[in-house]
Amino acid sequence: MGVARYIKEEKDRIKDVILQSGIHIKPLYTGDDLKEIDFDYPKDLGNPGDYPFTRGIHKLGFRSREWTTRQYTGFGTPEETNKRFKLMISQGQTGLNVAFDLPTQMGYDSDDPMAEGEVGRVGMAVDSLRDFEIAFKDIALDSIGAGLTINAVASILLAMYQAVAEGYGFSKKQISATPQNDILKEIVGRGAWIFPVEPAVRLIGDVIEYAIKEMPRTNPVSVCGYHIREAGATPVQEIAYAIQIANAYIDNVLERGYDIDEFVARFSFNLDVFGNLWEQVAKFRAARKLWAKNIKERYGAKNDRSMFLRGLFGGGGGGLTKEQPENNIVRSAYYALAAALSGAQTIALCSYDEAYTIPTPHSALISLRTLQLLMDEVGLRDTVDPLAGSYFIETLTKQMEEKIVEEMAKIDTLGGMVKAISEGYIQKEVARQAYEFEKGVQSGELIKIGVNKYTGGEQGEVQLHEYSEESAIEQTKALKELRRTRNNKEVARSLKALDKATRDKVNVMPYLVDCCKAYATVGEMTRVFRDIFGEFVEPGIF
Amino acid sequence: MSTKPIRILIAKPGLDGHDRGAKVMAHALRDAGMEVIYSGLHQPIPSIVKMAVEEDVDVIGLSIMSGAHIPICKKTIELIKKEGLDRVIVVVGGVIPAKDIPVLREIGVKGVFPGGTPFEESITFIKENVRK
Repeated sequence: MGVARYIKEEKDRIKDVILQSGIHIKPLYTGDDLKEIDFDYPKDLGNPGDYPFTRGIHKLGFRSREWTTRQYTGFGTPEETNKRFKLMISQGQTGLNVAFDLPTQMGYDSDDPMAEGEVGRVGMAVDSLRDFEIAFKDIALDSIGAGLTINAVASILLAMYQAVAEGYGFSKKQISATPQNDILKEIVGRGAWIFPVEPAVRLIGDVIEYAIKEMPRTNPVSVCGYHIREAGATPVQEIAYAIQIANAYIDNVLERGYDIDEFVARFSFNLDVFGNLWEQVAKFRAARKLWAKNIKERYGAKNDRSMFLRGLFGGGGGGLTKEQPENNIVRSAYYALAAALSGAQTIALCSYDEAYTIPTPHSALISLRTLQLLMDEVGLRDTVDPLAGSYFIETLTKQMEEKIVEEMAKIDTLGGMVKAISEGYIQKEVARQAYEFEKGVQSGELIKIGVNKYTGGEQGEVQLHEYSEESAIEQTKALKELRRTRNNKEVARSLKALDKATRDKVNVMPYLVDCCKAYATVGEMTRVFRDIFGEFVEPGIF
Repeated sequence: MSTKPIRILIAKPGLDGHDRGAKVMAHALRDAGMEVIYSGLHQPIPSIVKMAVEEDVDVIGLSIMSGAHIPICKKTIELIKKEGLDRVIVVVGGVIPAKDIPVLREIGVKGVFPGGTPFEESITFIKENVRK
């Protein structure tokens, strides 16, 4: 997968392989390597389903349950998105993963001047509950889970999800939502932040606390190493930063007087598959073990379930190329293979056209079929953790583990993740790694097929998703109509109550549900937060 | 031509927060001897133009990944003209489909560098086109 450095001798013989994590791969591994790392089966691995869960969190792996397929979906108006959801479900997709447009992610309504040119572009436009009513119409919200890719305003969109479910006759206890709700990774890697760190983390905590009490099937946070890796971090940093970010959220909830075993089992992770295949597999196995140890040793959890790293392992979009785009189908299949070999709970792939723009139905279906093919034709469900016991994989897993522990310790020395991010340390580090990587690609040291090796041949034209201005106009018109026809007194009342709860530092979730049910807009609710919290100012890193 | 280093504002207009490319370019341009100012995320276009005036830059480099490059570039160039900043050139990088490159040139964007453009190519282009 092109992310290792190969030092060659004459006749193309490989002298050394250096992984992005800095680990050197040897030409041969034997039992002596396991002796050297002090390999101890029960301590280092344990059986699948046993602490420290290196081999997986379930005894029978994919034999007991397929992994969930969850392609990132959403564009244009809620009508268009609803149609696409239904298409994917009818084709065997087992979970939803909702893409919101940038105005929604940033808390602006479709008619806000800041939203110009962006309405419905990279995801579905959502202004109010009306839009959710359309988007989730005729979808069995009690049986299909929905990932909501939303962070700064995750609280608002989760409240809206509850409101829509209740409107359609499902109770909040029945629905299973996974709002991403990870603001620290937005600051590090994805950029959809709004509020300063402290109140932003409070909102994350509000969502988690509310889910503990009211939404037992909901996973209130999906900690995303994915975007940090995509922004440039090494695989080691990806895991170290993700665990330390999760710790920041745990600390927030513990401060509210909860016990670790009351809530942490509902945490989930979204991690990236991009890089050398072996390094990826070792990374995921080490991550599972370190998360379990972290929860047990640092936080004193007692329940096994609290220690489970449940993960969406997603094929990395950054690995895809605009050059020879059909190659991306093959690349993604290998990313999916790595995820499956690593025991993912959920897998999603970027589609082959996503180096350009959001996917067409055609390309999204190829991604879904890639996952289904791996499950049903290739044999990835046959046995659990098939690579275990390999001299090489076990050595590498242990080496990755050591490096991740080192990186985590650096963050502790800096005073924890909130501080490290507030001061720009992490951002600086990630940007530096991104630059190093790019230099490696440009010099040809890191190989990208079609980009810096085997670049010839015909460049196939791909059919791309076209952005529709009409959808944006339609959305804005519908919003105007909503503002005219809703009970504006009720809107004002609910927003005022939200304002008070926010200032009084009361959990905002019930107030947001109330606002959503009154058809207050995402922009109006966010405005309340903006007025009280202000906006985040990026620390200078240049 | 003066030997004063070229000053470039790397700017992230609009709501898109994917700034890996912008930061990579900032590093590369700085290593090439230019003075780089990074705008930070979520900048409205008027703020970018204001920053360009205040920082007295020679180049504005817009980084756009969301697909909204045409409306954003159009608005930026209109505002630059209005402010009389004719000597400032605008270049753009990001996810830019080939078919949009002539459209961007038409609008007045001097250089278009889709993701993956070699550093050398962007650097040489900027050096050859500023203060002309």
